[in-house]
Amino acid sequence: MKIYVCVKQVPDTSGKVAVKENGVLDRASMKTIINPDDLNAVEAALQIKDQEGCEVIAVTMGPPAAEGMLRELLAMGVDKAVLISGREFGGSDTFATSQVLAGGIHHLGLEKEDIVFCGRQAIDGDTAQVGPQIAEKLNIPQITYAGEVRYENGKVYVKRMTEDGYMRVEAETPVLITCIKELNQPRYMTVRGILECYDKPITVLDYPTLENEPLIDKTTIGLAGSPTTIFQSFTPPVAKGGEMLEGTTQEKCDTLAAKLAKAQLL
Amino acid sequence: MILTEKYQLLRRNFRNFAETEFTDELQKRLDTEGGYEAEMYQKMARYGFTGIKIPVEYGGQGGDSLAYVLMIEEFARVCPVLAIYANTPNSLGGGPLVMCGNEEQKQKYLPDIAAGRKHIVFALTEPGAGSDAGGTLTTAVADGDDFILNGRKCFVSGAPIADYAVIYAKTDPTAKGSRGISMFIVDLKLPGITIGKAEAKMGINGYPTSDITMDNVRVSKADLLGPLHDGFRMAMKTLDGGRLGISAQALGLAQGCLEEAIRYARERKQFGKPIAANQGVSFMIAEMATEIEAARELVYATAVAKDAGAPDSSMKCAMAKYFASEMANRAAYKAVQIFGGYGYIKDYKVERFYRDARILSIYEGTSQIQQLVIANTLLR
Repeated sequence: MKIYVCVKQVPDTSGKVAVKENGVLDRASMKTIINPDDLNAVEAALQIKDQEGCEVIAVTMGPPAAEGMLRELLAMGVDKAVLISGREFGGSDTFATSQVLAGGIHHLGLEKEDIVFCGRQAIDGDTAQVGPQIAEKLNIPQITYAGEVRYENGKVYVKRMTEDGYMRVEAETPVLITCIKELNQPRYMTVRGILECYDKPITVLDYPTLENEPLIDKTTIGLAGSPTTIFQSFTPPVAKGGEMLEGTTQEKCDTLAAKLAKAQLL
Repeated sequence: MILTEKYQLLRRNFRNFAETEFTDELQKRLDTEGGYEAEMYQKMARYGFTGIKIPVEYGGQGGDSLAYVLMIEEFARVCPVLAIYANTPNSLGGGPLVMCGNEEQKQKYLPDIAAGRKHIVFALTEPGAGSDAGGTLTTAVADGDDFILNGRKCFVSGAPIADYAVIYAKTDPTAKGSRGISMFIVDLKLPGITIGKAEAKMGINGYPTSDITMDNVRVSKADLLGPLHDGFRMAMKTLDGGRLGISAQALGLAQGCLEEAIRYARERKQFGKPIAANQGVSFMIAEMATEIEAARELVYATAVAKDAGAPDSSMKCAMAKYFASEMANRAAYKAVQIFGGYGYIKDYKVERFYRDARILSIYEGTSQIQQLVIANTLLR
């Protein structure tokens, strides 16, 4: 049994966001972090590893600098780190990225008893598309928005959170699960993990290695092949805090009506 | 010192742990109620913090002194008393075992200490023997397969929660001064041991300190640690590592004071502008920051020198402890000064930093003892 976790290095949105002229994020000039939801996915995988003793493999697509993030995951307890990296993959949108990640996982080998974990969505794109698309490409079932995950005898039991409640879903492996932050509290790195992670190998899958992967359509990867065209990239304005109205219910209603009238909404 | 990627990652991990786990609520509770937070100790053990300097073959993490000082610094920056939790098993408690234990002793004790299952503390000071360990009155007399220990140790940090103590006792009554002292690993559950009431302290509340009294305590000869009659020299070596740890604790505390002071000086307005706009305040901050940076370089360089076996590393440990602990007191003083009246109120963290800082220039050798070590090295 193996568990794959797909992870992404994202810009630290608490810092300054830089955008290139073509609208694509200028990742090289920004401080990066591990996508927060992906850390929940890593933790979910490590918890099953604690229980079953299986191998956990982190997979990312990104520039060579993403190696630093992979080392942090090794220090948390991930067994193997895989970096899919090549100029040809650069600028991929979610459609292209999912193909490449699915191709990478297929290349490494996905078997009957394996699980793939992803974060729900990345804080830079907020699409939540990559996980489901990987599952489609790999032709395996998917359970999104996992708020609880339990593994037992080749089956996963997931509490899938929805906007107005939750669903309890069970599925046989192989399966892909996307994780939300409420799922767990990601563990810290251990001291020994950090001391040893710099001596561990990182598996790099470059373009020539994956070029002939059946799950990858070479014409739809990279910036040129991505079907998405970016119209504009921007940092959403910070929403102002609401205004609390004081007084009795009647007074509050009057104040509200006056405000709406003033804004010419009534 | 420019830290390599590995040490930067260690630091980031320690900081993330401290900032997340050492909540204000926990810190306030420990300060007002004292006691001990066993759950936090277990959390630290889970990530290897309690065994950072213990070798891998004995269940530890195999880290070096630089990794250790980074941990203590980052923990103390948020909460000086919780830094002690991670300090003791790696320094005064576990240190003598790592340094002097035979294979059997290391196998028996270290894995449980590294994993946080057992606590070990250091008991050298006595009512009449503080800076002058030569005044040790605790005795250990050989009797068959055992030694019989009698005496009283005081100000033992962690004694109320400990399973074992490294106890120093006079084994050769004819030897003068600090000679003829030996080290023992003593199980604190043994008959004849009494653990005193936790002392009411000015600061570092949340890690209890008490007496250990021994009344005809039978300790197996197998628990004699290191060479017979040569315990004092070993105690001094242990204290080198301990002093380095305190210097890191002082550094972290001072950094915490600086950050609090900067934040407050920017926020607090008087005479229509933030108080940071006054040179009197901004210069205090500049001075704090400069002294902290100087201490940081000294502490890190000492850690590296100590691991490299530099011949003057004992002196450097004394210098680091002396400078950093005095500096931390100056930094805490300035932080309270910048906070003004609020700094005197318990709701504000600098008030606690100020009290916590005071022990730094006292425990594990007062500043004056550090000066003595430095001067003796230079003038001998």
